[in-house]
Amino acid sequence: MGEFKVHRVRFFDYMPTAIRAMAFNAHTERLALARMDGSVEIFNFTDHYFQEKVIPGKDSRSIESLCWVGGRLFSAGLNGEIAEYDLENLRPKYSLEAYGGPIWTIISNTQGTQLAIGCEDGTVKLFEVLEEHIQFERNLDRQKGRIISLSWHPSGTHIAAGMMDMIRVFDVPTGHAVQRLLVDRGFGGSKSRETVVWSVAFLSDHTVVSGDSAGKVQVWDGHTGTLVKTHLVTKWDVLALSVSKDESSVVAGTSEGTVIQFQFIAPTLHQQQDKEWVRTRTFKNHTHDVRALAEIETAIVSGGMDTHLVVRPLLEKFDEKSHASGLRKIHFPHVIANNINLSCAKKAGLLLFQFPGQLELWRLGDSDEHGKPGDRLPLKRKPEKLLLLKRKGEDHICCSALSSCGGWLAYSTVSSVRIYRLQTDNNNISITKVSKLPKALHSAHQLCFSSDSSKMFAASSQSSVLVIALTQSECKYVHTLKPKSGSRQPIHLMTTSGDGKWLAAANSDCEIHVYNLQKLKLHCIVPVYGSCPSAMGIHPTTNNMTVVHADQQLFEYSIVEKQYTDWSRKLQKQGLHNVWLDRDTPVTHVTFNSKNPNQVVLHDMHMFCIIDQMFIHPCPCHNGLIGFSGLFYNQMTLRSLSEQERPSHLHAFKICKTFQVSLLFLASLLDDQSLVVVERPLLAITSQLPAPVRQKKFAT
Amino acid sequence: MAALYEGFTLCGLVQTQNASDSPIQGIELDGDSDHAVVTDSTRSVTLYKVSDQKPLGSWTVKQGQLLTCPAVFNFQTKEYVVVSDNKVIRVWKDEDLNLDKAFKATVTADVWRVHSAPGGEPVVLFQRGAVRFLDSLLSAPQQPVEDVLSEEEVIRWSTNIVAEEQHFVLFTTEQKGECCLYVQRLNPNTLQKYRLEREDSGASPLSFSASLQDKHLNLLYLYPNGCVYQSVVAARGYVGLEGVQALPRSLRLMVPVGEGELGAASAVALDEAHVAVVGVPHPSARTGKDFLCIWNTNFQTLQAGKEMAGRIHGQVWCYLGKLFVSHGKALSVIPYECQKSSLASALGKLRHTGLAVSKSSVAVPSWNTLLHGDQPQGPTKIVETRKSKLSRKSQSAQALTVEQVLELIKTGPVDEVQREVEALVSRGDAQDLQLSVGQLACHLVARSQAETAFYTPVALAQLVQTQFLCHSVCPGLLLLSLEHKDYFLCQLCLQLFPDIPEVVTCACLKTFISVPDGDVEMVSLEPDSVSFMEGLVGARGGQQNGFSPPLFEEDSCDTNHQPKPPQDKKNHTLQLEACPVGLHKAVLLNEVLQTPYSDNFLLPHLKDLDTQQVILFLQYLQFVYLKYSQDVYTQTPGLRSPTMTQIIDWVCLLLDAHFTVLVMAPDAKGLLSNLQSFVKSQVKLFSELGKIESSLQELHKMKLSKDISQYSIEVIELF
Repeated sequence: MGEFKVHRVRFFDYMPTAIRAMAFNAHTERLALARMDGSVEIFNFTDHYFQEKVIPGKDSRSIESLCWVGGRLFSAGLNGEIAEYDLENLRPKYSLEAYGGPIWTIISNTQGTQLAIGCEDGTVKLFEVLEEHIQFERNLDRQKGRIISLSWHPSGTHIAAGMMDMIRVFDVPTGHAVQRLLVDRGFGGSKSRETVVWSVAFLSDHTVVSGDSAGKVQVWDGHTGTLVKTHLVTKWDVLALSVSKDESSVVAGTSEGTVIQFQFIAPTLHQQQDKEWVRTRTFKNHTHDVRALAEIETAIVSGGMDTHLVVRPLLEKFDEKSHASGLRKIHFPHVIANNINLSCAKKAGLLLFQFPGQLELWRLGDSDEHGKPGDRLPLKRKPEKLLLLKRKGEDHICCSALSSCGGWLAYSTVSSVRIYRLQTDNNNISITKVSKLPKALHSAHQLCFSSDSSKMFAASSQSSVLVIALTQSECKYVHTLKPKSGSRQPIHLMTTSGDGKWLAAANSDCEIHVYNLQKLKLHCIVPVYGSCPSAMGIHPTTNNMTVVHADQQLFEYSIVEKQYTDWSRKLQKQGLHNVWLDRDTPVTHVTFNSKNPNQVVLHDMHMFCIIDQMFIHPCPCHNGLIGFSGLFYNQMTLRSLSEQERPSHLHAFKICKTFQVSLLFLASLLDDQSLVVVERPLLAITSQLPAPVRQKKFAT
Repeated sequence: MAALYEGFTLCGLVQTQNASDSPIQGIELDGDSDHAVVTDSTRSVTLYKVSDQKPLGSWTVKQGQLLTCPAVFNFQTKEYVVVSDNKVIRVWKDEDLNLDKAFKATVTADVWRVHSAPGGEPVVLFQRGAVRFLDSLLSAPQQPVEDVLSEEEVIRWSTNIVAEEQHFVLFTTEQKGECCLYVQRLNPNTLQKYRLEREDSGASPLSFSASLQDKHLNLLYLYPNGCVYQSVVAARGYVGLEGVQALPRSLRLMVPVGEGELGAASAVALDEAHVAVVGVPHPSARTGKDFLCIWNTNFQTLQAGKEMAGRIHGQVWCYLGKLFVSHGKALSVIPYECQKSSLASALGKLRHTGLAVSKSSVAVPSWNTLLHGDQPQGPTKIVETRKSKLSRKSQSAQALTVEQVLELIKTGPVDEVQREVEALVSRGDAQDLQLSVGQLACHLVARSQAETAFYTPVALAQLVQTQFLCHSVCPGLLLLSLEHKDYFLCQLCLQLFPDIPEVVTCACLKTFISVPDGDVEMVSLEPDSVSFMEGLVGARGGQQNGFSPPLFEEDSCDTNHQPKPPQDKKNHTLQLEACPVGLHKAVLLNEVLQTPYSDNFLLPHLKDLDTQQVILFLQYLQFVYLKYSQDVYTQTPGLRSPTMTQIIDWVCLLLDAHFTVLVMAPDAKGLLSNLQSFVKSQVKLFSELGKIESSLQELHKMKLSKDISQYSIEVIELF
């Protein structure tokens, strides 16, 4: 098909932060996940673990624990505040000082009427959950020592609290402590150290399960306060516990990075009645502390210091091997791909990297040489960091944009939007902040510039889009584009057409609205597909919109004709190849080859793919048809074939995994037929992590 | 050994319209050895006096007529013969001014060449292969001439060779890519046809050259791929063979051709062992196929080379020690000299270049500058060379020439000989010296051997230091110096001769070992080697400036963690004793250690040493070995010193040669047990090294991860 110059960029030293807490909402099947930097991510487990929403972090916020009450999400942290999140506007709705010192944990009762928090000062505080707010109710008996972990008995009458060296069971109505379970300290040198009960679980049969810093998982009788069973699982800490919904299984996460499952089963086949908690399986998918765990219907979800979110399916819950039964490792927040912006104007090749605390503007290197495939070209100019823009305020940057001419730069936090004018002449760059911004523009979920840089679009609340006109001197509010559907969900994708006529915006309700920018009104709604769009792009010449969804389906929609194109219909009729559908990371970017209108460039984290509509679609139904083998070969396999064999294996999906050793962030065609690949090798991330706990390995 | 001398331009050449044609048809000899008859490609014949580069006479045919064959000199009648327009044979004498008025005869068939050689009658070779004596042809010009060659066969090259009583005309033909050699014997007339082996590439030879050697006709031919083949035809063979015979060939030389094939190139045999090739690249020059090179075919070594300015026409003639090469716009004459070559001198060429770089003390001209330093470029250069010749002549008015010195050596008194040789060596330029040094040394040695009183150590040392000498050039020199106890000269020879026979090495060793220390200490030796030895001895053994190193706790050749039993203490102190031989003696022994040898040849001669000598030598070797392994002795770079391996090898050789004797000798016992501990420690060391090696090997196996930089631009291809 041709040769491409690839700029391999490896200086994007983005470092995801560790996972601190997670909470799974069984009703909506959403997983809320808190990271060390205070950001919260929402994953939709019904939609291929798609990361729907990200609530950006804040410097002062630290989240120790997350808790769902119905569809509402609460967090508590060491700053002593309880916060509720506005999941529609992706920001904290309010936060409340609990006045009990740092808060270690927050839980709700099964009815969803009360919240309990465990505080540093030894109190367990109960809050009433009101319609729009929460209200302090009372304290349970104050204890000496901090309350590290809490678990509410499903009946709502008792709360188990993990503390230092002990577990307390409280009677909720009276607020008195009814049981005091003493937890042994560790052996040897750790005897003098207090044992921290990192996690407790209160089961409906009044069994209390605890995990502590001495490496024990202990099972207690909550009625009598006696120890039933001790499992010493690690030399280090047991940090997290999670109980399955039917209470037949408990998983424990340790500092060694292992997740250990315990099951309530009869130890022998004959005595089916005498069940006890037996250690059954050990999973090792992490290198560092497992800080957060959730056992869901069919899988164990774990996360920790090594920043990966791992979905480990329980194979006994699956009848056959399928896509869902495979292990999932989510290394990066998916939206991270939106954190990179590329401007290719004037061959400048500017690259904007967004970090939570800053923006970095780079200019790509340059080379005059031409080379054979596989060559590395000598650089005429090295890449250069032009600008480092630190954000103002405590809130982390949630989105940013660079205009394609390279003259405008904008970023938004949850509290403000800032627009800058960039001037680059030769090697000097000057940046001026646009001082007067329209009032309406106070925060944005997404930012985007029109292709001629005359307008900026900001995704605002309730799926609306603000249109801002940019001139040299000022920027002016023009209009607010509102969807007809009345969706309140935030927009997570936005793209404009090359001729400046169309704007497409996708929200978490899977709706894609196309607006006519000349008439400033809604043009059409793309038929809603059941999976969330993960990437989209409008073709610069044909104005066909390519949309890829979280379930890997691919559509091409003609905006002008308000219908799917023939190619898209044919594709859907024939079905996508399984190799394509089974990929486990969503496509995060769509771009086009300006030289060849038939080519669409897509990429996910492991590969990039150029779809050439002129080639045959690789579908099993095409076996042997017009000289096509029907095999879905990727580029590496194709390269290894001989010249004679190759033509029969060529197909429309040119998948290139050359960069698979690392995570791929972006593939975009610069105007001179070159691609930009931003790589962030996993190894580079691992090497920056703190050292894991020392483990005895065989023969060391 | 061969050399090309400063060349000069005989005449300018007129460029022909057709650039590929040479402007010269041929060069032939005249009755005078200094004359050359040059026939140009069009109409004129010029007679030159070569040494003066001056035309003596010129003859031109009329406009419209064309000379089709180089003019030759009829040695019997002292007449010149040329052919014009293929059929007209013209004969004239030196004093004839006008060619048109000369004798003319028109023959019936086209003439290819007229050949003439001293001692033989001129022969006319017709284009269709017939051969006639000139005399008989001129007496009946209209006689019919038969066709020998087939229709499409054309003559490419021809020559004639006159040996005692025999006269040959050789010519090669080509037909459809097939080359044949015809050997026409005259009186009685026989014609033999040979087919040349085809070259793989199918190319035909670029040039031929024939000579008579040992009653065999040697045909030398060069192919465009640089191969020079030789075929031999018996001159007096059985001639009754009918038909075509295959001509066996042997590859004499592979001339490096550089890029592409040779275009206009030519090879000519100079003697049995030397071939001059023109139009080839020089192996050490990067580009350009415009060199004249002399190769030694026995050793395949390049002996001399000269860059020729301008385009080479692929023509070279060789007459009486001069090469005539037409190149660019000039015909150059380059005198050359070939000597019988020895292996050492053939090899020595390359060696010397290396030494000349490292050894700046000895004034040796760089081989490269010798080859490429001054190249004649046009007439201006020639003027210079003339000037320099003049100046040289004026010098030699005071000093004697090589020949004169040689004469002087035969009879002259020591002082004078010494002075003259010195003068000659110090002023002579490298190229001349290279050839004369050997002769000088041989004469000096011969005289010394004949007269015991005659010995010129300084002159000989100077000759050796020129580095043009080697043992095979002057075999008696080293032994003579031993005889005269001239240890300095011995050392020089050992250092500088690459080819000392093992027997001589052994003789030196024997002499050095048995010579009393007192005798040697007074001799001045090469300072570098002495200072090395001083360093070695003084490093630990002696006291320097009052510094006495603390005694070693242990024998370091044993591993440290092995506590020494007390009875070993004696040995131990013995090892710490000073060097078993005197300083200068040690220096001389070191030279022997560094002499190249092959152990098969050395071993029998080593047996000549007596036990005491062996023990002493072993002790010395042990001393050096210990010094090497004990001390953190860092070798001063540039100092000649025996390597560890050389020492060990010599120890092994000595033990091999004298093992039974040594085992029986009581005074060798301690020594042998010490040597055993050497071996033990060595074995231990090497086993440790073996372990390390295998672990290091693993490092090699590790796949080199691609250097991943922060940024790169790569090209990928999608299908």
